[in-house]
Amino acid sequence: MSALSLLPARRSVPGVFVALTLTLTIGWLVVLLDGGQLFNQSTTVSLLHVAAGLGLVAVGQTLVILGGSLDLSVAYVISLSTLVAAETMNGSDGAVLPAIGLVLVVSAGVGLLNGLLVTRFRVNAFIATLGVGLLLKGYLDNGYDGPAGTTAPSLVQALGYQRVGPVPVSFLLLIAVTAAAWFALSRTRFGHHLVAVGGDPEVARLSGVRNDRVLVTAHVLCSMCAGLAGIYLASRLGSGAPRVGTEGLYDLESIAAVVIGGTALAGGRGGVIGTVGGVLLLASIDAIFNQLEVDAFFKQVIRGVIIIAAVAVYARRAMRKAA
Amino acid sequence: MQTVQPRSLPLRLPRVRPGGVLPILAILAVLLVLVGIRQPDFLAPQSLMSFLGRSAPIILLAAGQYFVIVSGEFDLSVGSLVTAQVVVAARLIDSDPARTWPVVLLLLAFGALVGLVNGLITTRLRVPSFITTLGMFLILVGAVYLWSDGAPKGGLSEEFRRFGRRAFEDVPVLGRVPYALLVLVVLAVAAVLLMRSDFGRTLVAVGDNPRTAELSGVRVWRTRTFAFILSGLAAAVAAILLGGYSGVSFQAGAGLEFGAITAVVLGGVALGGGRGAVVGAMLGALTLELLFALMNFYGVSGALRSTVQGGIILLAVAVSATRSSSR
Repeated sequence: MSALSLLPARRSVPGVFVALTLTLTIGWLVVLLDGGQLFNQSTTVSLLHVAAGLGLVAVGQTLVILGGSLDLSVAYVISLSTLVAAETMNGSDGAVLPAIGLVLVVSAGVGLLNGLLVTRFRVNAFIATLGVGLLLKGYLDNGYDGPAGTTAPSLVQALGYQRVGPVPVSFLLLIAVTAAAWFALSRTRFGHHLVAVGGDPEVARLSGVRNDRVLVTAHVLCSMCAGLAGIYLASRLGSGAPRVGTEGLYDLESIAAVVIGGTALAGGRGGVIGTVGGVLLLASIDAIFNQLEVDAFFKQVIRGVIIIAAVAVYARRAMRKAA
Repeated sequence: MQTVQPRSLPLRLPRVRPGGVLPILAILAVLLVLVGIRQPDFLAPQSLMSFLGRSAPIILLAAGQYFVIVSGEFDLSVGSLVTAQVVVAARLIDSDPARTWPVVLLLLAFGALVGLVNGLITTRLRVPSFITTLGMFLILVGAVYLWSDGAPKGGLSEEFRRFGRRAFEDVPVLGRVPYALLVLVVLAVAAVLLMRSDFGRTLVAVGDNPRTAELSGVRVWRTRTFAFILSGLAAAVAAILLGGYSGVSFQAGAGLEFGAITAVVLGGVALGGGRGAVVGAMLGALTLELLFALMNFYGVSGALRSTVQGGIILLAVAVSATRSSSR
C-alpha cells in the first residue's frame, strides 16, 4: 500500500529533469550561436549560487505544500534571518555558531507560530502565513532602513564564496538539506504521515495520524530552511539585508519551483528531488538569458509563461492518466 | 468588542450564519466608535464621503476578488493588472483629452481579456489558479516595464483623472459626493443583484462543490471563467479611479491583490469557495481602509502598519474559524 502511494511521487520526478536537460541543451546551442559559452566556470558557479539560495527555501516549501499547506512568510523570514545572523556575528568569527543557532531558533519560532495558526486556530494557510509575514514586515520596516550588521569574514569565506571545483559550498549545503528531506519523506514515519495528511486529512486522522503535530513540524522545518537561506544570503552579501527576501520574490518563486518540480499544490503528491529540478530549471533559464543579455523585464515575462506552461503540461498528463 | 471574545460569544449571540456579514459589521462598528472618539470630525458627512470615495478602488477590487474566490479560485494578478492599466492609460492618452473615452473602453476590454485568459488557462488547461495568476502577475509586471523602458511615459488627461478626484459639489446634507463614490454605489448594487440572479447562485454552487454543479448541468468552466472576467473588469475600474486619484506610477497597484484577498476573507468569505456574501467582501475592504485611517489618527508609524494589519487579520480570522468549528 505504501509502495503504491509513493509511486506517483517517483514517477513525477523525471519530467522536470527532461525539461531541464532540454532547456540546457537548447540554451547551450543558442548561446553558442550567439558567440558565448554557457558552461564556463563563472556562469556555472553563478547558476549554482542562484539555485542554492532559492533551493533551500523551496525544499522547505515542498514539505508544507506536500502536507496541503503553504508558506507565504518565507520571504520575510529570510530577510529577518540575514539580520539576526549579521547582527549577532557583528564581524567576529567567534560568534558564528551562536548566530547560526539563534537564526534557527528564531525561524523555528516563526514556523511554530505558522503551524499553530494553521492547525489549532484553523486559519487558512494562505491567510495565516500572509498575516505572519505582515507582522514580520512591520518589524523589519520599522527597525531597519538599510543593511545592518556584519557577517563574520570566515563564514563569508566558507559559505559565501568557497567552492569545490565549480560547485559552491552553498550548493553542497542544498544537496545535504535535500538529501535529509528526501530521507525524512521516504524513509521515516513523519514523511509518510505528512504525505497522508496532504492527500486526505480526514482519512489520515482516522488512521491514527496526529495531523496537527505533523503539520506543525512541517511548518517549523520549512521556516528553518528559510532561515538557512537567510544565513547563506547574509554570508553572500556580507551583512543583513531587510528587503532581500521580498525583492528576490522568494515566497512566490519557491512555490513556483515546487509546483514546476511536480508537487501538487493541493498536497499529498510530489517530492524534494523534483523541487531541486524546478529550482535548477528556473536558475538555468536565468543563466541563459543573462548570457544572451536579454532585458531583465523580458526575462520576467518569459518566466511567467514558463511557470504556467510547465504546470499546464503536468495537468495535461494527469488528465490523460485519469482518462 | 464582542468579536474579540471567542469563547463566550456563541452562547450570547443567536446563531450567526457561517459566511454572514454580522461579524464584519461588528468589527466595522467598533472601528467607527474608536475613530469617533479620537477624531469626531471624521464622521462628518463631508469627510466620510471623501473617505468612501478614496476607498472605492479597493472595495471594487474586493468585490471582483469575491467572485473568483467564491467560485473556488484565486486571483493574484489584480495588483499587477491595476499597475499595467494605469501605465498603459498614461502612455496612450499622452495628456490628450480627446483620447479619454476610447482609452477607458480599451482598459475595460484589456481587463476583461486578462480575466478571460486567466479563466481559460485555469479551467481548460487545469492549471491551479494560484499558479496561473502568479504567472500572469510576473508577465504583466515584466511586460509593462518592458513596454515603457523602465519609467512611466505620457500622462493622464484631466478628463480621465476627474473620475478619481472630482466630485459633485454642494449636494444637500452630504456636501461633496465624489464621482468615485457614485461609481462604487452603482457597481456595488449591480454586484449584489448579480449575486441574487441565477448566475450568482450558480457561482456559489460551483465553489461549494464543482462536481455536484457539473452533474446538475452547470458548465463549471464557463462560470469560473466569467468570474475571472469580472475580477479583471473590477481591476480596470479600480485602475481608472486610482490613476485619477493618485497619478501614474509603477507602484500604483503593488500589493493590492493581497489587500483584496484579505478584505474578502475578513468579510467572512471562505477561501476555497462556496460560502460568503459579496456585501461582506466589500465591507471587509471598507474595514481594512478604516483600520488604516484609524492608525493614522493614532499616530502609528507607517512602518508598523503592516504589523498591526497582520495582527488584526490573524485575530479576526482565527476567532471566526474557531467559532464556526466549535458549533
